[in-house]
Amino acid sequence: MNAKPHDKPRYRRAQDRRSQRVFNALYRWAPPSFQSTRWWHPIAGPGVGPAIARRPKALESALGKAQRSLQRRSPGSAIAALLATLLALTPTLAAPQGFAGLGTEAEGFAIPERRPFDFPADHGPHPDFRIEWWYVTSTLTAADGTDYGIQWTLFRTALAPSATDTWDSPQLWMGHAALTTPDQHFVAERLARGGIGQAGAQAEPFNAWIDEWHMRGPDLNNVNLTAQGPDFAYDLNLTATTDFVPQGDNGYSVKSSEGQASHYYSQPFYTVTGTLTLPTGPVEVTGNAWLDREWSSQPLSEGQDGWDWFSLAFDDGARLMGFRLRDDILGDYTAATWIDPDGSPKPYPNGAFTAVPGRTATVAGRTIPVEWQITLPDRGVDVFVTPLNDQSWMDTSFPYWEGPIYVEGSHTGRGYLEMTGYE
Amino acid sequence: MRRTALLALLSHWRTRPLQLLTLVLGLALATALWSGVQAMNAEARASYDRAASVIGSARPSLVSPSGAIDEATYVALRRAGWQVSPMIEGWIGDGIRLIGLDPLTAPPDSGAGIALSDDPLAFLTAPGRLLAAPETAARLTDATLPPVTAVEGIPPGVAYADIGIAQRLLEQPGTLTSLILIDTQPLTRPPLTDIAPGLTEQTPDTATDLARLTDSFHLNLTAFGLLSFAVGLFIVHGAVGLAFEQRRPLFRTLRALGLPNRTLVTLLAAELLIFALISGALGIVLGYLIAATLIPDVAATLRGLYGVPVDGTLTLRPTWWLMGLGIATLGTAIAAAGVLWKLAKLPVLAPARPRAWARANASTARMQALAALALAVISVATATFGSGLLAGFAMLGALLIAAALALPPVLGLILSAAARTARSAEAEWFWADTRQQLPGLSLALMALLLALAANIGVGTMVSSFRLTFTGYLDQRLASELYIRTADAAEAQRLETWLAPRADAVLPIWNIDADVLGAPATLYGVVDHPTYRDNWPVLDALPGVWDSLAAGDTVLINEQLARRENLSPGDQIPLPGWTATVGGVYSDYGNPTGQIMMGQDTFIARYPSADRTRFGIRTSEPEALRTALINDFGANPSNLTDQAALKRLSLQVFERTFTVTGALNVLTLTVAGFAILTSLLTLSAMRLPQLAPVWAIGQTRKRLAQLEVVRALALALLTTLLSIPVGLVLAWVLLAVINVEAFGWRLPMFVFPADWARLTALALLAAGLAGLWPALRLARMAPARLVQVFSHER
Repeated sequence: MNAKPHDKPRYRRAQDRRSQRVFNALYRWAPPSFQSTRWWHPIAGPGVGPAIARRPKALESALGKAQRSLQRRSPGSAIAALLATLLALTPTLAAPQGFAGLGTEAEGFAIPERRPFDFPADHGPHPDFRIEWWYVTSTLTAADGTDYGIQWTLFRTALAPSATDTWDSPQLWMGHAALTTPDQHFVAERLARGGIGQAGAQAEPFNAWIDEWHMRGPDLNNVNLTAQGPDFAYDLNLTATTDFVPQGDNGYSVKSSEGQASHYYSQPFYTVTGTLTLPTGPVEVTGNAWLDREWSSQPLSEGQDGWDWFSLAFDDGARLMGFRLRDDILGDYTAATWIDPDGSPKPYPNGAFTAVPGRTATVAGRTIPVEWQITLPDRGVDVFVTPLNDQSWMDTSFPYWEGPIYVEGSHTGRGYLEMTGYE
Repeated sequence: MRRTALLALLSHWRTRPLQLLTLVLGLALATALWSGVQAMNAEARASYDRAASVIGSARPSLVSPSGAIDEATYVALRRAGWQVSPMIEGWIGDGIRLIGLDPLTAPPDSGAGIALSDDPLAFLTAPGRLLAAPETAARLTDATLPPVTAVEGIPPGVAYADIGIAQRLLEQPGTLTSLILIDTQPLTRPPLTDIAPGLTEQTPDTATDLARLTDSFHLNLTAFGLLSFAVGLFIVHGAVGLAFEQRRPLFRTLRALGLPNRTLVTLLAAELLIFALISGALGIVLGYLIAATLIPDVAATLRGLYGVPVDGTLTLRPTWWLMGLGIATLGTAIAAAGVLWKLAKLPVLAPARPRAWARANASTARMQALAALALAVISVATATFGSGLLAGFAMLGALLIAAALALPPVLGLILSAAARTARSAEAEWFWADTRQQLPGLSLALMALLLALAANIGVGTMVSSFRLTFTGYLDQRLASELYIRTADAAEAQRLETWLAPRADAVLPIWNIDADVLGAPATLYGVVDHPTYRDNWPVLDALPGVWDSLAAGDTVLINEQLARRENLSPGDQIPLPGWTATVGGVYSDYGNPTGQIMMGQDTFIARYPSADRTRFGIRTSEPEALRTALINDFGANPSNLTDQAALKRLSLQVFERTFTVTGALNVLTLTVAGFAILTSLLTLSAMRLPQLAPVWAIGQTRKRLAQLEVVRALALALLTTLLSIPVGLVLAWVLLAVINVEAFGWRLPMFVFPADWARLTALALLAAGLAGLWPALRLARMAPARLVQVFSHER
């Protein structure tokens, strides 16, 4: 009386792809600002406020759609479900913000405030904030002159502002890894519960991990970075000697006129050595890397359709971070930070930085601009960026385009480009 | 012309509404039993598919021999690159399977996403949420359980919860049952032995395995359905025969008026088709009612006997609407084919000549006797040379049909013999007249024979099974108390605590493993008189208990022995070693294999086994139970006493055969109905034969009495003949079908009291059926009897 029902293993690639389509459907219904992996960027200046009133309807659609697709029992994957969580739940919980951070208690989550960073403690997680990430992009070159790029991201999402050492912990983790070659783009994604040690981060000695992926070292300026998927892997050593660069107002990065803000710092000066593993075998590489650390509890405002984000490492040692927020209603919004070779930052307001799309490519059925004209006249920057690989598509729960780029024109160098919200 | 002819034919039913009712009801009953059984089968099969869709059950997984995996092992595997998802399984409420899962790492296509679609925080954190199908949710009413969310499409009898919540509900913190292997694994990962040496990969069974496991049960049901349908067809045949008989003058008139024979046959066929469709629809409704009533018991049977979860609810499926109508039409065609064929072949004026029918019947009887002989030969041949479940059923079918076909000739012989004993003219006339009626009644009597034989056969099997099972429970459940401890440490504490308080503590330590390619359970037992005195050993080498204790031999259960054709003295390969089979013991109610060995051998071979279960021998079970709970601190839910265990086992057993019993009663009812219709048919036809007897001085009352006596005599004879047939049937069920279906053979016991009861029942049915036509005869106006002589015939 103890026969247990079981079933044979079946390979269900086709269903996996369908699951992806379900997610894409979810994604289209979600409020545009949540379509990005990066919910905040260092915007200092007027935000994009008036669209908030639209939120409930959009949210309802997102939830309804999510539930309908899940109830059909068509591949309601854990990933899609997490998506439903991230996309739909967060905005419901987030209370409308008052001006300059007034009245922004969001379900007990901590709210960013103006304070100096406390290193190394701030390298570790801030579980009382809703969202946080450790975000590394790196441009690399092999001995034979072939260029590569990798991305390594660990996201932390809290369903509630608490953390425990058990399954009960409301802290959820997501890892994205990518390896781009001139003609291939490899992607992997991981999800994990906090509380049981499967994923997490600690400040000292520094370690951030999910499954077997890690960014680990004695300190955040000397780390070993690994990740792998079914068909690729990398193992890199990152070293920097300069201090971490605070973004915005000494690390308090205001996102909109309504007061949304985040804590934000970067390390754009890593030098990198290590090994990439491709289907064809291992490749020794060297290059540069850029780390972004950011945490907050407040989602962005809602006027934007998506954005185009550039991190450029010039051959003369300077760095430029700039982006363009696309907005149907209020018009595009740009911001930038110039970082001198010694690490001192200078933020630029809206309009100082421009990004004009050029050639487009068809990527995952979408039309996406892959070449851009970038200017920052105040620094004499007038450059043209081209991608290493047109098809740098991140086919993850939140799909987006992210890949290494070349910089030519007034300045030369390499960098990374992230584009979200293209349908 | 055609329209007029059809109206003329149909007018017959207007004057005889009862006959119409008989026809429609007979066909409806046959269809109802058939489609009801089909519906139950279809529902159970659908449940298997749903059961197979339980999250994680469709994939290979990592399991531990001890059944429990430390949560830390899961994290270690993930951190080493193994893409696995944790699962914990257990039971809550009244036998609901609780599956704890982690929706974040669960396979993307597993459907685990439903867990987070509503309120992820509530699902993931205390008190958590249970997800279950609405029917299952209704059973999860315990206030100590987390709130339940009803979700359509979750397999029956299953509740999902977050892994952490499930661990708490099952009181197994930090423990997992298995780790699901995700399809896509990363580029490199260390070998499993480096990270978790204790774990092994397990490839699950399929839904087809479930179906195969329960095939025998469904075949049983189907056979019953077919039997009922066959009995129902006898009724239809009787009713159609009667209608044709009574309309012979009408046919003759119609033919004489110029209606072509072909048109007449076509019209009659059309008339029958209309009735078939009406009765079919009625039968489907009845069948639905039968299935809806019986399916909870079918579900309980499948759960109890095979551990297969089945919904206790019924869904209307369009396929069996169509199938029901189809089978009704087909049944009518079969039942009426003979009559229509005769009508088509006979010359124009023949229908009015009774002898023409009688002669046709005589040749039929010879054919029947020959067919019966041939089928009997086939049946014996199948029993001798065939093997397997289907051969068993083929043998059963051939046997039953042979017995039914042989009935009229055998009855004829008996009646001739009886006629020779007759001393008066009345008695001689009685026997001769009874013989003369035999062809007309034979179909109804065959139906009665089949129903009675099935009743005796199945009854004998069930009663034998019950007797054996009760005895077996007494032997097998020798310990007065059974306890399960939380872990090995508590187990040791328990042994020390019990040493001065109980007569003996018998560890029931076991491990699940694959033996000869199928799942089996390995047990380690101590050398104790409890086993030597009580264990239900069927066949063993001499001194088996000593050699078992010494580690030289193992005992295996009957299922394993039969499946692998092992007997004492044979070698059996076990995980890690090969053992000698020392003996075979009976093990009812369990489809999987078991191997029993000495405890020392067991611990040495399988150190990781589950060592938490114990049987306790004591003369004061109640006092010890109380002491265990109050003084030792045992969890009452982990303590079972012998009486409760036996009660539970017998309950499962009784429910197992509820369906069989219910179908038995229904079949017998149908057979009784068949006799009634046949006697009604005959009473109308027999008037010309009775009128002369009345004319020479017999009273109507006496004639009516004789009619009842005749019905009783025929029923009695049939019942007596059905007893040997039923016993052969029981033997086939016990010695062939059960061995094939369940893997165990049962000793046969006979129950003469049951036969007496059944005989009385059959006589009652026949008496009631004979009473009505007899009463009509007794009250018939003499003028009608006189009329016979002036009648056109």
